[in-house]
Amino acid sequence: MIFVTVGTQLPFPRLIDAVDALSSTLAEEIVAQVGPDRSQRTGILSYPMLRPDEIATYMSQARVVVAHAGIGTILECQSLGKPLVIVPRRFDLGEHRNDHQMATAHQLVDLNGLHVAWDVDDLGNLLARTDLEPLRQSDGKRLAPLLQVIGDFIDDGPDTRS
Amino acid sequence: MTRLTVPPTRRRILALASGGGHFQQLMKLRPAFGDHNVHYMTTLAGLPEKFGITQATIIPECNAKTPLRAVGCAVAVGWRVFYFRPHVVVTTGALPGLIAVALGRLVGARAIWVDSIANAETLSASGHKARRIVDLCISQWPAVAESEKVQYHGSIL
Repeated sequence: MIFVTVGTQLPFPRLIDAVDALSSTLAEEIVAQVGPDRSQRTGILSYPMLRPDEIATYMSQARVVVAHAGIGTILECQSLGKPLVIVPRRFDLGEHRNDHQMATAHQLVDLNGLHVAWDVDDLGNLLARTDLEPLRQSDGKRLAPLLQVIGDFIDDGPDTRS
Repeated sequence: MTRLTVPPTRRRILALASGGGHFQQLMKLRPAFGDHNVHYMTTLAGLPEKFGITQATIIPECNAKTPLRAVGCAVAVGWRVFYFRPHVVVTTGALPGLIAVALGRLVGARAIWVDSIANAETLSASGHKARRIVDLCISQWPAVAESEKVQYHGSIL
């Protein structure tokens, strides 16, 4: 099964249409959270919005997850150890308020298990692969100093309140 | 002469983030909150439960394009801020986070802004505004921290 999510805030028809077009060649069940997008598609089971627990269930069952370059999906695939294919939203196509998803994808493209489809035409090859490497939990080396600073800030400040 | 060792004061922390990726990043920061009394807020029902959180409030989602909902969000956050009186407000964004640090200031809370790791080239719009009113403003990208004159101490990834 392939699980597709574009978040809940903005539609991403370029991605959903591309996956829909691939559905006949993939011969695999495709479930998608499409956000505020009312177009009819024939090849995928689509929902405007799924509950967090429903998303978790679909993701854990999925062979591969396809998504916009959203941090929530990246973190979720990390904790589940799923391969993730992302298509960054583009500002010039009106898909987001700015181009931060392109920037995020450029910065994170070296993460093992994160597969960037810079264009929807790349999706077919990526989804046909059965050897996609899964995302793994990070080693926490960058998280530890961040936690230290925040913890110290909380503990060290003046206690002016009863 | 023996010195009395004072245990760390248990503080009230308001930890808030929009639903989705912002809240997931906040969850990565949870170990930093230790044994303090933390109240969580987010904009998506069912999300706190997914992380085993029972003490949480769901508030209206809002962004720069939804000013009316921002007012509703401010009312919901403000009520809780004045009732809970946090010592510290921690947020990973976005606009609801900015609202929380601003209202937190009114009751004397210190504030931490951790800009979303999604902002790899510049601080978020809310982060730009928050930078001026928080005590600790952090970017998760070294280059952004340098150009925006905020702090970098690592990232959640």
